[in-house]
Amino acid sequence: MEVSPAETALAATIADSARTGEALAVWGNASKHRMLRPVRVTRSVSSRDLTGITLYAPKELVISARAGTPLAEIERTLAQSGQHLIAEPPDFSLLMGTAGPQTLGGVVATNLSGPRRVAWGAMRDHVLGVRAINGAGEIVHSGGRVLKNVTGLDLCKLLTGSHGTLGLLTEITLKVLPAPERTGSLVLRGQDAARAVTSMSAALGSPYGVSAAAYLPAAAAKAIGQDSAMTLIRIEDFSASVAYRLDRLRAELGAHGESSDLLDDAMSRWIWRMIANAAPLDAAHEEAVWRVSVRPSAGPAVMAALVPLGAKIFMDWGGGLVWIAGPASVAAHQAVTDAARAAAGTWMVFRAPEALRLAVDVIPPEPAPLARIGVRVKAAMDPRGILNPGRMRAGA
Amino acid sequence: MIRQLEPKADVLAGRERIVAGLRAILPAGEWGDGVIAEAVRLKPYETDGLSAYRQPPLAVVLPETTEQVAALLKFCQANGVRVIPRGAGTSLSGGALPMEDSVVMGLMRMNRILDIDYADRCAVVQAGVTNIGITNAVAGNGFFYAPDPSSQLACMIGGNVNMNSGGAHCLKYGVTANNLLGLKIVTIDGEIIDVGGAYLDAAGYDWLGLLTGSEGQLAVVTEVTVRILRSPEGARAMLAAFNSNEIAGACVDAIISSGIIPVALEFMDRPAIHACEAFAHAGYPLDAEAMLIIEVEGSLAEQDALLDRIKDICGKFEPLSLKVSQSAEESLAIWKGRKGAFGAVGRISPDYLCMDGTIPTSRLAEVLRRIGEMSDACGLKVANIFHAGDGNLHPLIMFDANDPASFQRAETFGADILKLCVEVGGCLTGEHGVGVEKRDLMGVQFSAIELEQMRRIKGAFDPDWLLNPSKVFPLLEVATPALANAA
Repeated sequence: MEVSPAETALAATIADSARTGEALAVWGNASKHRMLRPVRVTRSVSSRDLTGITLYAPKELVISARAGTPLAEIERTLAQSGQHLIAEPPDFSLLMGTAGPQTLGGVVATNLSGPRRVAWGAMRDHVLGVRAINGAGEIVHSGGRVLKNVTGLDLCKLLTGSHGTLGLLTEITLKVLPAPERTGSLVLRGQDAARAVTSMSAALGSPYGVSAAAYLPAAAAKAIGQDSAMTLIRIEDFSASVAYRLDRLRAELGAHGESSDLLDDAMSRWIWRMIANAAPLDAAHEEAVWRVSVRPSAGPAVMAALVPLGAKIFMDWGGGLVWIAGPASVAAHQAVTDAARAAAGTWMVFRAPEALRLAVDVIPPEPAPLARIGVRVKAAMDPRGILNPGRMRAGA
Repeated sequence: MIRQLEPKADVLAGRERIVAGLRAILPAGEWGDGVIAEAVRLKPYETDGLSAYRQPPLAVVLPETTEQVAALLKFCQANGVRVIPRGAGTSLSGGALPMEDSVVMGLMRMNRILDIDYADRCAVVQAGVTNIGITNAVAGNGFFYAPDPSSQLACMIGGNVNMNSGGAHCLKYGVTANNLLGLKIVTIDGEIIDVGGAYLDAAGYDWLGLLTGSEGQLAVVTEVTVRILRSPEGARAMLAAFNSNEIAGACVDAIISSGIIPVALEFMDRPAIHACEAFAHAGYPLDAEAMLIIEVEGSLAEQDALLDRIKDICGKFEPLSLKVSQSAEESLAIWKGRKGAFGAVGRISPDYLCMDGTIPTSRLAEVLRRIGEMSDACGLKVANIFHAGDGNLHPLIMFDANDPASFQRAETFGADILKLCVEVGGCLTGEHGVGVEKRDLMGVQFSAIELEQMRRIKGAFDPDWLLNPSKVFPLLEVATPALANAA
């Protein structure tokens, strides 16, 4: 990974702020700035000018690019060699109401993964190497460009999902895989949430390599033009395997007599893109959006607790990811976090007006001993606390 | 002898008091004595899977509960005693090598499986459960735990977490870090913390990812929540033999380029083939310069389809032989040779060092040629086994430990191989960890700033540098830990 003049300049800017103690907002293209808490500072640094794919070795299943490279450019390049990003990162521009194309650095800094996450891992699972500028303005690299690497502490994972609070990512290397020849889906119609999760657990616990499983209650299905509750189960593989495996799943899961049908390649790709981007949520502009992650069997209980309050809901990751839209109020937030806690899960305010994001914890507080370690790790990466202050937690 | 941090004089002098303090926390229980301090009983703990290095510790403690681990760590911190966490002691990098003034904390008595949840596809196990023990516990329901290091019969999940262990099947299923959901850890000040849980993607910093592979330097792991996966309908292996390492390497590239990701793709060179065949009688081709073991999964028809495609690809590289396993027994025999490779080399050489660098696979032929040249130059034989799909190379350097000059040459040869791995764009260790073995090479891969950054993060968890402190970081760099923690 070569040092670029633009990277050196960014490092100098951050080093400068470290000297003066002036805080910086850390961005790529700011397409996800409505996530978590607002950063209320006047100066900012962005990786958006660090662009370009620096290494692509399809036979070695790796791609490296500077952090400001638009994700779409990376996806196009991979597609030309018949490969894809394993974690299926979503495009939340509609949900977030932002226009700028998301960058590779932004996707990694927020660790956002799509439906394939349940079977194939998150963005963080496929980050092989990073270069970043820490809060002292020092350039550090971790990991590398090979698939297996346990040399030293895994700062790739620490930086992934740290929302720019520990460093500004400047270059990232990802593991990639061959894109499937074909995508197909089995749809079970009219199930309630509990039955749907039972079906999805059976599918994900089957030997057929299911790559995604989601449940759209009737309202969520309607939001994308479908007419009944849908339990969707996806297979991605060689054509013959897709046909064979969907047949087996249909036979094995159809025992309850629900009507079922198969979606072809084009329809499958479209509907899973909708699910990845949370389109079935149909969140109104003024509403808040939460993501709750629980053990899949607890998904229906989270739904049951929130539906009576008027929340819009659907489930991905076999029931483990519950998407929720509802009033941007402290009371609604309390109901969501209560439901997540009752299910021993985790949660995140994914999108909300600033007032709510400033008023509540946007992610769960950590137990005190871990919070103390967190403060020291933050200080180890960003001694003056200048990078994205308050982005994840108030006062941190 | 490998250099370690200077033992603390006050700890050595206070040995009896410290042992008495440990015994007060850990009285003899149903398993017997939980504190070992007699020289003869410390002997089994003086080394691990890297047996060239030995050092008896001050004492060994064998806690049975997380609360005991917490009380012991608190006591050790209060008394400035260094702690070496240990699972089964199978580390090939000396990760569990004791220090003279240290307490070895063995987790092997914490060997219970606490919960198995097939619907949610996860299990909660104590750190001392063996890797294969997890798979054995869930196999009856058709499930397995994916990472499968060669030591899986003995190695323990706590050690797997600390070293981020891999295995032969991680090309498809990932390494330990990709198969974890949560941990219960105990910090050096005795705090018990749950990280993650039976759900995906905990909010906040990725503590789970940072702790995995931290080589016992951040905290002691006592419980692990793992993902369990449903086994495929079936799996079958094939052997492909080639005239040269270059040709076999090109064939690997062609398979990956075709869009097929075999569940395993293993490469052995001529010396490795001969050693393993003599041991396992698996029908390996003795006339070949290089051999691939390729395994695919799915229904019988799917296996046939994939193997046909792979045979077609291999056919373009003038294979000496292509042999598809015809039965589960034949597949087992094929894997017996590969998984027994270390034992097999042990039969033909009194001692060996197992290296673990990773390289970009495009550089395979060049790297093997240069390893061959180094082997000729230093007069030590080497057998190469390679996770070809992911570039993780395991050269086994044969030497005679009774001859100090031979051992020294082997160490130098090994270091040169690892430097070569970094030079071509790879890394020092793909799955065994840095431990004590590769500690002094860290400067080859990382800048002083980067080492200092990692040291500060260790200091954030362990401000007094009591957890496994002689490992991972070059000792010169650790000589002033107070400075490292200043931030």
